Amino acid sequence: MTLDTVKRAAETPEEAMPYSELGMKQDEYDRVRQILGRRPTSSELAIYSVMWSEHCSYKSSKVHLRQFATKAPKSDALLVGMGENAGVVDIGDGWAATFKIESHNHPSYVEPHQGAATGVGGIVRDIMSMGARPVAVMDALRFGGAHQEDTRRVLPGVVEGISHYGNCLGLPNIGGEVVFDPCYIGNPLVNALCVGLLRKDQIKLATAPGPGNKVVLFGASTGPDGIGGASVLASATFDEESHAKRPAVQVGDPFMEKLLIECCLELYAADVVVGIQDLGAAGVSCATTELAAKGTGGMHVDLDLVPLRDPSLRPEEILMSESQERMMAIVRPDDIPAFMAICEKWDVPATVIGEVTDTGRLVMTWRGETIVDIPPGTAADEGPVYERPFHEPAGQAELNADTPDKLPRPADLRATLLELLGSPNLASKEWVTSQYDRYVRSNTVLAQPADAGVLRVAEDDEHPTKRGIALATDGNGRYTKLDPYTGAQLALAEAYRNVATTGARPLAVTNCLNFGSPEDPEVMWQFAEAVRGLADACRTLGVPVTGGNVSFYNQTGSQAIHPTPIVGVLGVLDDVSKRIRPGFAAPGLKVALLGETGEEFGGSEWAHVVHGHLGGLPPQANLEAHKALAEVMVEAARRGLVEGSHDLSDGGLAIALAESCLAHGVGARVTVSGEPFADLFSESSGRVLVAVRPEAFEEFAALCAEHEVPCYGLGVTGGDSLVVEGVLGIPVAELRETHERTLPAIFG
Amino acid sequence: MSSARVGVVTFPGTLDDQDAARAVRLVGAEAVPLWHADRDLKGVDAVFLPGGFSYGDYLRCGAISRFAPLMEELIPAARAGLPVLGTCNGFQILCEAHLLPGALTRNASLHYVCRDQRIRVENVSTPWTCDFTEGQEIVLPVKHGEGRYVADARTLEELEARGQVVFRYAGGNPNGSLNDIAGIRNEAGNIVGLMPHPEHAVEELVGAPSTDGLGFFTSILKRMVNA
Repeated sequence: MTLDTVKRAAETPEEAMPYSELGMKQDEYDRVRQILGRRPTSSELAIYSVMWSEHCSYKSSKVHLRQFATKAPKSDALLVGMGENAGVVDIGDGWAATFKIESHNHPSYVEPHQGAATGVGGIVRDIMSMGARPVAVMDALRFGGAHQEDTRRVLPGVVEGISHYGNCLGLPNIGGEVVFDPCYIGNPLVNALCVGLLRKDQIKLATAPGPGNKVVLFGASTGPDGIGGASVLASATFDEESHAKRPAVQVGDPFMEKLLIECCLELYAADVVVGIQDLGAAGVSCATTELAAKGTGGMHVDLDLVPLRDPSLRPEEILMSESQERMMAIVRPDDIPAFMAICEKWDVPATVIGEVTDTGRLVMTWRGETIVDIPPGTAADEGPVYERPFHEPAGQAELNADTPDKLPRPADLRATLLELLGSPNLASKEWVTSQYDRYVRSNTVLAQPADAGVLRVAEDDEHPTKRGIALATDGNGRYTKLDPYTGAQLALAEAYRNVATTGARPLAVTNCLNFGSPEDPEVMWQFAEAVRGLADACRTLGVPVTGGNVSFYNQTGSQAIHPTPIVGVLGVLDDVSKRIRPGFAAPGLKVALLGETGEEFGGSEWAHVVHGHLGGLPPQANLEAHKALAEVMVEAARRGLVEGSHDLSDGGLAIALAESCLAHGVGARVTVSGEPFADLFSESSGRVLVAVRPEAFEEFAALCAEHEVPCYGLGVTGGDSLVVEGVLGIPVAELRETHERTLPAIFG
Repeated sequence: MSSARVGVVTFPGTLDDQDAARAVRLVGAEAVPLWHADRDLKGVDAVFLPGGFSYGDYLRCGAISRFAPLMEELIPAARAGLPVLGTCNGFQILCEAHLLPGALTRNASLHYVCRDQRIRVENVSTPWTCDFTEGQEIVLPVKHGEGRYVADARTLEELEARGQVVFRYAGGNPNGSLNDIAGIRNEAGNIVGLMPHPEHAVEELVGAPSTDGLGFFTSILKRMVNA
């Protein structure tokens, strides 16, 4: 077995390297040769191939994602923007929140339990690496049709993976989404969001400054997990026999991650960390190149010192391993004893594997030989950038012309309401969410099925605050398929509205952009349009994108998923005790609808469930109306005017009314003034249902008028049925039975 | 004169320790952190073993924790009458340590379950329940994957005959526990274990839609002050 050293690479310039097996194009490989002035060693090739992969380099999306920066609204709240492990937002009283959403789609299809579990683990480490304590998670999930056979394999595994990992970590799961559509049958989406809290003067960054500072690898040992390409390297170049098969999906150990969280927080408190980076995709390759590139510029690493779970691992495999629950810290030499003592207290193995240098080179040795010698920035930041061609899909015009206007409208609206309420996408998700701990840490104010998760900020007694944070994620693939520009805006609008519905002021955005192959110009058009729409909407609503993730290649053969941008919005409540409760909290309250209702059925839940139809155009995004709506809700919460609220989205007013009755088992009697079907089932965006004490209604209506938000009195809460005068009447018990039986009937 | 000092134990993987400490402080008692690796009970008046996944729940829930250095102090102290409350993983640890009879096994549904659960208080003679009334129905969250209480027939009979069943599930059994048992006490009554979580039902704003968990903490406070 020959070790491919830098010396050997210089001596054997023509030796063929398996770059294409590692997913690298000829011109990319040529650029590596040009950078190094020789062929790369196999270890260097390992580093460049993973760092320049789509996943790590954003080479297809970068040119579009720039709009999130160039169009970003001015925001006093933004402390750390895109490009770090997660964005950080000022929430007041010296506190900051950091949050991010990330995909783990492909692993979750291959091995649902571990794929989803390690998705949670990865995003939690991103949040930890900002210096924060992770305080909650949520998940946006997309599965194939609820009745399709493979969904019964994938969904229970994904839910169990999230449940097991998140519950063991002690992080409440406070929200998210579960949506079924046959387009996801071969490509389920598992997008995990984590939010953390920290004092705003305690932010940590991924940087390795200060020559002589030590590089410490801590957490789990390194094994052959998630090594896709490295086995190609190891077997093709060196050893035909060994390591042919490696588990491509990583295996998570939430217990180790829980120890890592507590250990990191104690390390931060002791001020013994100069810079820190989690190990996720591309493992040691990514952590070392990124830390070095953002610091003094040089680093020396002795790969022999990396603690291994499998002593037969080759250096290329160590560099590419995606073993979970590992972190890398930069530590001043004098602080090493204190650092090690804290790790020992938490039973977290920690090893010094190298040190920061001022050479401008990342140098790695193995068995005394130099096997890597590269300028780290060329791997971390100077990857290829592609301007992929894109054009509107063939058939897009026909899709938009096929409007739902021709669909027969129902005569029996009672039956329609029940059919929608019991359909898998609108039915109760309790089968899923009851498997998640929503109470741990005792700061959960609202959790699913509330419009947004709300947390009290109570991390330490020294810095008390009344504040709270609210979070919601949303995204509608059908809307985005019909019009990617508007669909992405609608996703933001819904998450923004959900946050505001609790009385929180929306502050910032994270996103996870799930699309098919960027090499397909039609998919690329969907992507370009969605990013443009989202960036424009962020500017209009005044909420900057703080970070996120792109997931391409969600397609089987030529069949891509619906383009599915998932948008997460974080908001703040100055006094969390004033949050607005979900739904109809008590009888005798006045029910009012805020916002305008048009006849908008393109991509609607009604067209989908009743007619299996997807065509026309999605609802208008009405962004300016959202701004005014949010101002009303925030001020109404501050003044304590609203007892309960609920956002209108999929299924329109009918479903919002039903869910509001179900929230506390309180009925309502309402009147709709226009055409009942359109009033009840249209999905016009920018509407919220509120329940107001009669004596406060006048003040509330005046507040709406002041902000030019339409406010229509519909009726009053009370009784044990939902009654729409002259249209339908359904006992709350029947609503409940219909809402709750669907998922248990399918998944057991 | 200081108020009651309640020790709250942290093992590696304990999750509800901060929650328990906050609940102790809410009723005006002092929460004293106890660390699994220290053979030191710090002179506390009572001990709360909180929930979580101590040692990752590896082997069996609570099976490794019972051998922690702290337990070498706690087990004899509990046998000598120190009031001890174990919730969820804490209950599992008490059973593994043979301070309470029986065992907690995988939920009948085979799923982890988190829900707000009605519970009937069956016995108010313990230092952790003396502020409730017998037969009182309260709401506390349950959140566990292994909460199905089992014991052999004779043990069950004895538990029932001696009034050692302290809590029973009402309005539906979340895990398949025998006799709907949610919590039990030892014969002396100073050691109580239950699967539900009183520490998540102590404030209007957060946690379960109930503050019924406060009764556990006011009970121990009263017992200590009157002792």
